[in-house]
Amino acid sequence: MAYFLQQLINGLTLGSIYGLIAIGYTMVYGIIGMINFAHGEIYMIGAFISIIALLVLGLAGVSYVPLALVLVLLTTMLFTAIYGWMVERVAYRPLRGSHRLAPLISAIGMSIFLQNYVQILQGARGKPVPPLILGGFTVYQSDGFDVRLSYLQLLIMLVTLGLMAGFTTVIATTSLGRAQRACEQDLQMAALLGVDVDRVISTTFVMGAALAAVAGFMVTLYYGVIDFFIGFLAGVKAFTAAVLGGIGSLPGAMLGGILIGLIEAFWSGYFSVEYKDVSVFVVLILVLVLRPTGLLGRPELEKV
Amino acid sequence: MTTAASGFVSGNPGQPAFDWAAQVKDAALAGLIATLLALPLMGLQTYDIGGGALGIRTHFNWVAIAAAAVFAGRLALHLAQRFGRGRHRHRETLFTRLATWDSRWALPITAAGIIIAVALPFLPFSSRYLVDLGTTVLIYVMLGWGLNVVVGLAGLLDLGYVAFYAVGAYTFALLARDLGFSFWQALPFSGLVAASFGVILGFPVLRLRGDYLAIVTLGFGEIIRIVLLNWSPVTGGPNGISDIPRPSFLGLPFARSAPEGVTTFHQFFGLEFSPDQRVVFIYFVILALALLTNLFTLRLRRLPIGRAWEALREDEVACRALGINPTNVKLSAFGIGAMLGGFAGCFFATRQGFISPESFTFIESATILAIVVLGGMGSQLGIVLAAILLVTLPELGRAFAEFRMLLFGAAMVAIMVWRPRGLLAHREPSLRLVPRSRRHPLP
Repeated sequence: MAYFLQQLINGLTLGSIYGLIAIGYTMVYGIIGMINFAHGEIYMIGAFISIIALLVLGLAGVSYVPLALVLVLLTTMLFTAIYGWMVERVAYRPLRGSHRLAPLISAIGMSIFLQNYVQILQGARGKPVPPLILGGFTVYQSDGFDVRLSYLQLLIMLVTLGLMAGFTTVIATTSLGRAQRACEQDLQMAALLGVDVDRVISTTFVMGAALAAVAGFMVTLYYGVIDFFIGFLAGVKAFTAAVLGGIGSLPGAMLGGILIGLIEAFWSGYFSVEYKDVSVFVVLILVLVLRPTGLLGRPELEKV
Repeated sequence: MTTAASGFVSGNPGQPAFDWAAQVKDAALAGLIATLLALPLMGLQTYDIGGGALGIRTHFNWVAIAAAAVFAGRLALHLAQRFGRGRHRHRETLFTRLATWDSRWALPITAAGIIIAVALPFLPFSSRYLVDLGTTVLIYVMLGWGLNVVVGLAGLLDLGYVAFYAVGAYTFALLARDLGFSFWQALPFSGLVAASFGVILGFPVLRLRGDYLAIVTLGFGEIIRIVLLNWSPVTGGPNGISDIPRPSFLGLPFARSAPEGVTTFHQFFGLEFSPDQRVVFIYFVILALALLTNLFTLRLRRLPIGRAWEALREDEVACRALGINPTNVKLSAFGIGAMLGGFAGCFFATRQGFISPESFTFIESATILAIVVLGGMGSQLGIVLAAILLVTLPELGRAFAEFRMLLFGAAMVAIMVWRPRGLLAHREPSLRLVPRSRRHPLP
């Protein structure tokens, strides 16, 4: 029981991070109907920028931890968002309206480029960060096994929850959100009705990148070490999460992220750590076979 | 804005004058964005200072160089777009003509290509390195033609093609290690096992559309790799399998000396022994395999099953209405594509003599898919061009060593933006109702 609870907490933390990345995938997919293959790398870049920002703040003498965290979060979001914008501008916009596979290939190329860009500039070795947030609660105790919820895990879940709430509000109430929903329904019609489609798509990439940056920062704090290769697997899992939840649906992305996190945590906890990635993909295949539109996705009608 | 441009006399009447102020402003904006992009990752470099801590050093001069390069590049791009029209158009016609497979071009190009490929090892400037490179190119050509069945013809997006390549390679490696099979004995089994994996993968994904299919196949590729990595008792785990037998020429091995009772290749033909003989032989094996693959897929396209693939790619609903069974059609595409990948994998294992899961990462899948898409989906010749381009490009980049993959990624983006529909963009159905005069149907 205690062990179960611990895996639940770990899974929820991991799932929050996946959920944040998955939102970027699901939004882009919802609007332009394409996988943003470079999104995993954006998350990796977010993690690197957060480490750099932490170091710079350390040099600048900011020692009050909450202030440092907020500053790092904001700078990371800002700079990573620019990378998100750049990906759209370079790899997607010139290919708008061309064959569906073309942007996919250019995005894969972009992903390879960014990975090597970071590797060359920052080095291939893992980057360690000292733990900034220590301590936590003991939630439950039995037979000498303490179930711990660290402050960091709590922070990750709260930040995710807060961002989700803020984000849903933006989509639901602002004019930008309305434009995004319009583009999601019908890109051409939205353009005819005076929505600046290019701008909406750019904004979507920027928003997704900002969320991925938060995920990158959280992972840096949570695991304490990152390298240039973390983007690929996290990206694939987050996309799996988006598909699992039903692509195009925001709550679906979050739900999918949390489910993937839980599956991974329980699988490594009870079966084998080596095959935890296999478990994620097997679950994905099962869900798609049984419910091809994902958990919360709308079925797509085929029109002739 | 117009004042800046008014003094400029355009060489091309009928086009608006080049608006210098606006273009410079645009380029400056691009430079500014480049500065912002480069500032954190390029300008501030983290490094180990020992004891698990990180230090930071600044490289703001790099940022300045990057910004200046982007500014200049952007401006040059504008100028090229404005003044480089004429030459551009000429290049377009070359590709278009190649693409439409004009009858005057078809035979000479194919023949020339095959002659060059056959003669490559015997050309005066050829070296062991060149033949090795040719072998690598041909592996990718074969993989590209195999994947083309799935992606180009049947229109099913497969991001995990490397899985079948891996299955083929490991099938041979295991058969050789445990049962003592030779390359030629194992080749059919590699194809067969890979094909069954293709069908196994095909079953669950039949109902999926485009990008769902992409992610499931990607997941499948990763599953295979992870299993190969962790199932150490059988696959050797990360250490892989070594001492895979080399192919023999009709039973004659390529070796300096052979065990009792076995004649080696050079003894049989009375030649001086040279390690190059095997390299050249391996090159011809893959050349033959690749040409067979090409012939096989070209013939398939003329069979009802090939027509059904193309029909399915164009419109699945219409196919159902016409009584084509999408299940069988998709499964056969997956199976045949996988089989060709398996053959290539078997060859890869015998060529390397050593395989490990490291050779079968997602990058491989991405490269093969890029070859198919860059080549122009469905174009056999385009795949050859794209394979040559994508394989030799990183080789040329060896001078830059660490920048190799960086350039590879950048080239993928650049080529795609330059020719979104592939080098030889051509997607004509093999069959048309009214045959056009003077033009052969697609081979």
